[in-house]
Amino acid sequence: MSKILEGLYYSESHEYVKVEGNIGFIGITDYAQHELGNVVYVDVPEVDDEVTAGEEFGAVESVKAASDLMSPVSGTVIEVNEALEDEPGLVNKDAFENWIIKVEISDLGELDNLMTAEAYKAFIGE
Amino acid sequence: MADEKKTCLYDKHVALGALMSPFAGFNMPIQYKGIVEEHNAVRNQVGVFDVSHMGEVEITGPEAEKFVNYIFTNDIKDAPLGKIYYGMMLYPDGGTVDDLLVYKVAENDFFLVINAGNIDKDVAWINEHAAQFDVKVDHQSDYYGQLAVQGPESEKALLDILKIDATDLVFYTFKKLEYDGETIIVSRTGYTGEDGFEIYASHTAINKMWDLLVEAGVQPCGLGCRDTLRFEVGLPLYGDELTAEISPIMATLSIFVKLDKEDFIGKEACAKQKEEGSAKKLVGLELKDKAIARHGYEVMQGDKVVGYITTGYRGISVEKSLAFALVDREAGTLGNELNVKIRKKVFPAEVVKKRFYKKSYKK
Repeated sequence: MSKILEGLYYSESHEYVKVEGNIGFIGITDYAQHELGNVVYVDVPEVDDEVTAGEEFGAVESVKAASDLMSPVSGTVIEVNEALEDEPGLVNKDAFENWIIKVEISDLGELDNLMTAEAYKAFIGE
Repeated sequence: MADEKKTCLYDKHVALGALMSPFAGFNMPIQYKGIVEEHNAVRNQVGVFDVSHMGEVEITGPEAEKFVNYIFTNDIKDAPLGKIYYGMMLYPDGGTVDDLLVYKVAENDFFLVINAGNIDKDVAWINEHAAQFDVKVDHQSDYYGQLAVQGPESEKALLDILKIDATDLVFYTFKKLEYDGETIIVSRTGYTGEDGFEIYASHTAINKMWDLLVEAGVQPCGLGCRDTLRFEVGLPLYGDELTAEISPIMATLSIFVKLDKEDFIGKEACAKQKEEGSAKKLVGLELKDKAIARHGYEVMQGDKVVGYITTGYRGISVEKSLAFALVDREAGTLGNELNVKIRKKVFPAEVVKKRFYKKSYKK
């Protein structure tokens, strides 16, 4: 049974965005980290890079394969989680605590295209 | 998915909660606990793999030795009984049909172990050429299940748990023995770089042995760590490092291609590649960064594409980003600085030896 946090927004490609004002913390869900297995590398954009909703902004690599990271919202990267550079496995330990990038969201209306915790729970069949 | 075959241990994998995935026409376990834990179990203790998907073909008859030596790159002429040879079957142009093991069972009796994904192709290839020889080709893949028990404690696991004494076997030898009323084959072979054994037996016996090993605490291991283990010690995987386009000479496996023996299919092409130098060459790469080079990614020298990645991982026993790549021969000199294109970025990599981690065979 995967952990799903209330109040976050979820994408079909298993990213979440936690919103505080117009700031979004983007990461992969607990379900996704479990499906991937041991995360060994997280490829992140740089601060000031633009990300676009539904488009790739990086990748998370398990031992076996690379999976693209798709941004749930559009905006500008204001911070990357540097702890993941030395310890990518933190994503496995707590996927919600260990967000990947922090963005300034350009259009809060895009959140309406994402799933609620309840809808995501149904989406992954739990 | 519906068309994928199952091995005789399929239900046990599902019951253990394995992550199952299609591989070579079979629905196979990729991991149980996790690739890293399973990998480390094999490097440090012992693990058991279901490799029942592998194919088996027995060749007998008055011309069996002559025939096998004609389709196989290694030399099995006058081989001692109980010895195993690694080598390839080749197309006339030197491209690889498959890489395989040949067990010498008796005079003019050879047991061939072939890759699961190549079974149909190999059997057709063997039969096609067998027509010109006085031999019998017996395809036995449906009868045999196979376990690989691998790791430094594997000899002890066989002895204590399965009551199979294989202490007399040295690396790349085998014996037949009685187990539960049937004759099974036990060999000191594997695909992990560690000491280990492979057992060929009926589905019933394989199920029994699997249960005994797992109940005794031997870690079940999936194909995920089988790949990381073989990769770290520089072993090729058919489909990645050997293909119809990649000869064993390009893959730097010429030690298994005996150019001084009598004629065999692909000999002329290999001799030419050896003499003139093949256009492409398989090399090891070490990336300076933590980014991981995956199969198919482009390898560049400056702006010029000189090859592609065949396999790449963040090593588990060697904590570096490592890869095998097939590159233009001139670009593949040890110490050469190349670049690997990973998604949108380019990462520097150095050409290094392919054996990233030391093998620990019991010879």
